[in-house]
Amino acid sequence: MAHVSLKNVRKSFGATDVIKGVDIEVEDGEFVVFVGPSGCGKSTLLRMIAGLEDITSGTLEIDGKVVNEVPPKERGIAMVFQSYAIFPHMSVRENVAFGLTIDGTPRAEKQRKVQEAARILQMEHLLDRRPSQLSGGQRQRVAIGRAIVRDPKVFLFDEPLSNLDAALRMDMRMEIGKLHQSLDASMIYVTHDQVEAMTLADKIVVLKDGQVMQVGSPMELYHNPANLFVAGFLGAPSMNFIEVQTRDADADAGTAQVANAALEPIRVATAGRPIRAGGNAVLGLRPQYLRPSATPEAGMLHGTVELTERLGAETVVEVALRDGSRVIAALGEDRVLDRGTEIGLEFDPARAHLFPAE
Amino acid sequence: MASRLTTSNRAGWGFALPGFGLIALFIILPFFFAFALSLTNQRLVSPNPTEYVGLQNYGDLLGLAVIELEPERLDDGSIDRDADGNARYPRVRSITRSDDFPQYSGMREWFRWQSGDNARVVIASDVVFMKALVNTLTFVAVVAPVQAALALVLALLINQKLRGINVFRTIYFMPVVVSIVVVSLLWRFIYDGNDGLLNNLLAGLTFGAFEGRDWLGDPSTALGAIMAMSIWQAVGFHMVIWLAGLQTISPTLYEAAEIEGAGRWQTFRYVTWPGLRNTAVLILIVITMQAFALFAQIDVMTNGGPLDSTQTLVFQAVERGYGRQDISGGATISVILFVLVLTISLIQRWLTREKA
Ligand SMILES: Nc1ncnc2c1ncn2[C@@H]1O[C@H](COP(=O)(O)OP(=O)(O)OP(=O)(O)O)[C@@H](O)[C@H]1O
Ligand SMILES: [Mg+2]
Repeated sequence: MAHVSLKNVRKSFGATDVIKGVDIEVEDGEFVVFVGPSGCGKSTLLRMIAGLEDITSGTLEIDGKVVNEVPPKERGIAMVFQSYAIFPHMSVRENVAFGLTIDGTPRAEKQRKVQEAARILQMEHLLDRRPSQLSGGQRQRVAIGRAIVRDPKVFLFDEPLSNLDAALRMDMRMEIGKLHQSLDASMIYVTHDQVEAMTLADKIVVLKDGQVMQVGSPMELYHNPANLFVAGFLGAPSMNFIEVQTRDADADAGTAQVANAALEPIRVATAGRPIRAGGNAVLGLRPQYLRPSATPEAGMLHGTVELTERLGAETVVEVALRDGSRVIAALGEDRVLDRGTEIGLEFDPARAHLFPAE
Repeated sequence: MASRLTTSNRAGWGFALPGFGLIALFIILPFFFAFALSLTNQRLVSPNPTEYVGLQNYGDLLGLAVIELEPERLDDGSIDRDADGNARYPRVRSITRSDDFPQYSGMREWFRWQSGDNARVVIASDVVFMKALVNTLTFVAVVAPVQAALALVLALLINQKLRGINVFRTIYFMPVVVSIVVVSLLWRFIYDGNDGLLNNLLAGLTFGAFEGRDWLGDPSTALGAIMAMSIWQAVGFHMVIWLAGLQTISPTLYEAAEIEGAGRWQTFRYVTWPGLRNTAVLILIVITMQAFALFAQIDVMTNGGPLDSTQTLVFQAVERGYGRQDISGGATISVILFVLVLTISLIQRWLTREKA
């Protein structure tokens, strides 16, 4: 267990700034997930914590000690790579024991720790195999085993599951969750799979272009996204954004009334964001909170059905609104809606998010 | 779009033919010719018809025997000694030319050692060939490991992200692209006994204490000098092969090792060296084959001398076949060399095979 703290951390490769001043706190035993689009600097940040990249400026502390210049080994971290990075010419046993071999750990203790790690990861039967004889999931287990035996204070994972197929990914995701509970170590996990982020994290850090967009628990981020980017990034299908005009804004009550050609006037919370009367704003509606009204004219949004995807327990409907924009509604039932039929959609205004226009 | 030209089988063969024909004419055909000629008494120019002689050429080259000579005794039975106290032995010639020992006829002394009062003499049908064989094997045994190791060290040094590293890559590779004949000529000046660069350099470094020596003219240094120069000349080539091997090793493996706290040597031992396995096999075999083919340096620098101390198999093959017009003798040496290289390569392959 350890506390990791990044203060105004920056990274430049030559003239390109990749990480532009990041502050993150990872508490003891916390599971923190970094998410963000490709190229936003997640891996770079993780590699800086690991000690594989120099920190251009700012401080990195692990357990209260500044470790900017400390070599990886002495930081008390272990890292699991996307490409597994297991040594092809060594058996699974030798791979798992690698860190101990380097340290010159006595044989008996090495043996005991490897067995223990193999037991936790349920791979005792694989110990004498070569990596080439393992499946992707098994290889990743070996990589995790190699991390476990060193008893690190912080585990670092860089997209550990992205080379696996969907079913295996789910299994391994659950295993990593269990591992976190049983090991009680701090973990930092990079992914761009939001399901992994939502299910595993105690705390999610959303990054974009080397900057932190929002930090918070998965539900906080889901229900109260701080900005358009976070709102659009988390949740599937992603949040609908509708351009609206602000009729009036009540700063005292913290609400504003908005409408557009396809939207009946509604009053929504501004959540302290700077929304001005008479201007444009963006209304965010999660597809799951939209439902068809009894009649096409009854709802708050009006349009025609463009496309339906029936998934069994859920029906995803694409609706072309009267103002020409489109929204997606995810209905929690199996429902047949013909293309071209008029439809009205209703929602609870308390579930809507209002953002200033960009 | 595939045009008719690129899909037509006949066009394909047509394009391949000139190259294939030349290879067949100058490499494949002579290869079988060598086998055939080694079983005859063919000479380069000769009025006599060629005859099939079986394995006689091989016997003439490989014939080897050990004879034991008892010291000459004086009338009283004591050993006859010369002024220095060394025993006198009958001359080897008395045996090899004697009708009592037809099996030794024509053989000459190669070397001898003392065993009790007696002397054991190794006699060979072809002493020059034997010297060439030993020199070649020595050359391979020294050059192959030293050159491979040196090339690896250079490859590790230049496999770094440093400013201007390409300058070093170019410098180390340069001797490879210069003709070996030119390189040999240059090194003849470097090794020159009177005013050579090496002598001057050593004299300078030792403040004149070093007295120059004739590196190529002294039987004890000639082969070593040629080895040193050969290693220098081709090391860049093997460095490039090592470098290619180094660059196939995934950088993440190095990062994983770094995180686990591996030092420089441990990283080499656990990541780099295992990753170079296949490259190592390739390099070992290529160097061995190249070293066995040692010729140009000898031809330019020493002509096999002094005192046959730099004779080699290929030099002997050429010298016999063209110098002495003994084509069948030269062919026989080529075949022996072929078998030797093939055997060693197979052994190397077997020793370095992937263990399941
Ligand atoms: N060694 C480097 N030199 C120069 N630029 C680099 C280097 N490494 C990364 N970058 C740049 O830094 C940015 C962030 O890269 P990074 O690998 O951290 O992204 P990421 O968020 O992990 O993306 P992904 O989800 O695709 O893995 C990218 O724009 C990348 O091009
Ligand atoms: Mg990445």
